[in-house]
Amino acid sequence: MKRFFDSELELFRSKLILMGESSVRQVRDAMKALVEGDVALAQRVVAADDEVDRLEIEIDEEAVRYMTLRSPVATELRLVIVGMKASHDLERVGDEATNIAKRVVRLAAEPPLKPYVDLPRMAGIALEMLRDALDCFLDGDEEKALAVCRRDAEVDAINRQLYRELSSFMVEKPVTISRALELMFISKSIERIADHATNIAEEMVYLSRGKDIRHSDEVKRHGTSGESGASEPRR
Amino acid sequence: MPSPLLPSSLGSAEGRNPPVVRRPVIEIADLDFHYGTSQALHDISLSIAEKEVTAFIGPSGCGKSTLLRCLNRMNDLIDGARISRGAIRIRGVDIHQRDVEVMELRKRVGMVFQKSNPFPKSIYENVVYGLRLQGVRDKTRLDEAVETSLRGAALWDEVKDRLHASGLSLSGGQQQRLCIARTIAIEPEVILMDEPCSALDPIATAKVEELIHQLKLRYTIVIVTHNMQQAARCSDRTAFFYLGKLIEFAPTKDIFMTPSNPQTEAYVSGRFG
Repeated sequence: MKRFFDSELELFRSKLILMGESSVRQVRDAMKALVEGDVALAQRVVAADDEVDRLEIEIDEEAVRYMTLRSPVATELRLVIVGMKASHDLERVGDEATNIAKRVVRLAAEPPLKPYVDLPRMAGIALEMLRDALDCFLDGDEEKALAVCRRDAEVDAINRQLYRELSSFMVEKPVTISRALELMFISKSIERIADHATNIAEEMVYLSRGKDIRHSDEVKRHGTSGESGASEPRR
Repeated sequence: MPSPLLPSSLGSAEGRNPPVVRRPVIEIADLDFHYGTSQALHDISLSIAEKEVTAFIGPSGCGKSTLLRCLNRMNDLIDGARISRGAIRIRGVDIHQRDVEVMELRKRVGMVFQKSNPFPKSIYENVVYGLRLQGVRDKTRLDEAVETSLRGAALWDEVKDRLHASGLSLSGGQQQRLCIARTIAIEPEVILMDEPCSALDPIATAKVEELIHQLKLRYTIVIVTHNMQQAARCSDRTAFFYLGKLIEFAPTKDIFMTPSNPQTEAYVSGRFG
């Protein structure tokens, strides 16, 4: 039986999807700006963050209102809770994309330290993870969600490798320190984006079957992050 | 009863300023009401907005049903019941003036009760009862009113093939919707509902709530309910009463999300009442 407030949930879902699309676009554009040295594009990424921030607030307000007035239970309750958590993760993704974009502007003042190969590869994986995690929201495909969790380790490994590589640049040629540090932070931002994608994937599993797989054997078996290097624990 | 859980900064005992109600249909001003020597309502001032759902909530004996029954003078039937101060105006007219025709008033302000009370007649006759009282004899007009009202009460599809079966043969939820159809058949301006779902199961309740949502497009609705989730789901504004006083009146979202009065918060959280 359709209820008169079902449209509110549909609107809630579509806002979350819109927010997901916006943050994916921010990451993609930030990386494009880095590779192409496109300062104008980087500046647009920074400006676009307001939209993602606004959506996070709207989603939170809508979630609190829905919980207060509609007394949701079961899947509906999980959707509202997951919506709040996922929107927070997406907002952080937007922030990391903005951080990358700001560093692109600073890097543009100097010649590139080295051709950008690993960073775009790493960002490509993080973006795929993010897209897949968001797809799970639409199709409820748990296998895909678990695959996202698995891939986090790949991103962590590239981050650690870049950390070592950029450290040696700095040791050998102190003149590269400022650029190497910017790249190290960009690498770190991408690693964080993958972490947020993993969080979203875990949230989607919670949404579809009500099971919390964070820190569980199910995820550990799939080998997510946890080793140190330049990465921190995910949450 | 202030709760120890609530910070004192939450609000004064006076509550927030009453909301500005655009296009009020009903204006209640400084109303005191007595049953004999016992005062049931104290200094109530409240406006009911057009084509909105206004919910009255509060613990038993708080005066919410008394106030509802004042709105179409149902309390006239009770010995010793009287308004001792203040007034209720509908579209600017004081409804307790001597020259107000009570039957006319009740045509404009219909009522649905807690227990469904179809007459022991057919579904058809239940719906047209008010129209027949008004002297309508034209069969085409009556037929039209039956279909329109039953459709308006979301009951048509369920009963269209048995309009001449007894109203009492319907389920509880259907009977309540039949009573709503009977109410809207005479095209009132306001519908008063006194705990319309308290005798219904959750599915029948959901149907009536859905119906309330549709009815507010055409009618102004005032609903008394003990079910706070129902008030939260169905209403646009909520008035909380306690011991015959209006404690807080605000948009429903505010009453349930950020009540300004500690008593309102304690009640909507289920800590008293």
